[in-house]
Amino acid sequence: MQVPILKQGSYLIASIQSSLTDSDLCQLRDALVGQVGRFRARGVIIDVTPLDVMDSFAVRTLRDLAHMTRLRGSETVIVGIQPEVAFAMVQLGLTLRGISTALDLEEGLAFLDSRTDEAHGRD
Amino acid sequence: MAETEILVPIDSEVDIISARRHGRDLARSAGFSLGDQTVIATAVSEIARNILMYAKRGEVRFRVVNDGDRCGLIVVAADRGPGIADVDLALQEGHSTAGGLGLGLPGARRLMDDFEIVTAVGEGTAITMRKWRGK
Ligand SMILES: Nc1ncnc2c1ncn2[C@@H]1O[C@H](COP(=O)(O)OP(=O)(O)OP(=O)(O)O)[C@@H](O)[C@H]1O
Ligand SMILES: [Mg+2]
Repeated sequence: MQVPILKQGSYLIASIQSSLTDSDLCQLRDALVGQVGRFRARGVIIDVTPLDVMDSFAVRTLRDLAHMTRLRGSETVIVGIQPEVAFAMVQLGLTLRGISTALDLEEGLAFLDSRTDEAHGRD
Repeated sequence: MAETEILVPIDSEVDIISARRHGRDLARSAGFSLGDQTVIATAVSEIARNILMYAKRGEVRFRVVNDGDRCGLIVVAADRGPGIADVDLALQEGHSTAGGLGLGLPGARRLMDDFEIVTAVGEGTAITMRKWRGK
């Protein structure tokens, strides 16, 4: 299951479509880290709205991804964590410490605009 | 009352997704809330991945039990892998022999109402977890 990555201005937007295997998640991480450099992206948005489970592996992979892209000069925002998923994550003991989150795609874009130079933001 | 048992063999990554989907579906049909379905699916994801990681293969079984006016969903995850030498240590948050977060077992225990591990080194591991349906 490939995750489509869209380029919008100087941002990359990855919209997860369905449940992902561990390999899918690692592939997404590697693809985004690579594309951040190739497209000189200033920000990355990962939309996890369809994910009905965020377990320790998913969180670790997304956390690694956020840290790697940051080292490449790009800020990552996770958007669309569902309320029940957030509840289960907290119970499990998972935190997204050091990772930015936003309610949805629109908020995520607004967040990136505020973090990066707006002139370089959206088209 | 007849109980249906669902068995999901764990042998590859997609089986982890299959196991949590079966757990969620059974919880839904037994009338569990969306929140509890998600909690069950998340706990199942952790223990199914542990089977794949540490034992390579095994199985997860689901069944619904009615006890008086209570209804519960029982998950049994069993493998014939290496077993766990020190269960108390394995249940400690942050303990991992694989460079993980060490959250799977303690987290699954927190998510579920009952949690029991039976394991023997060289023989395997069986984890039984239960969630009661909220009123
Ligand atoms: N089915 C199993 N067979 C053998 N050992 C196991 C099994 N499940 C867990 N363990 C052992 O218990 C330890 C703790 O497991 P736990 O799931 O809590 O953390 P982890 O798998 O190391 O990391 P995480 O789940 O956070 O990615 C594991 O590192 C492993 O040594
Ligand atoms: Mg684990």
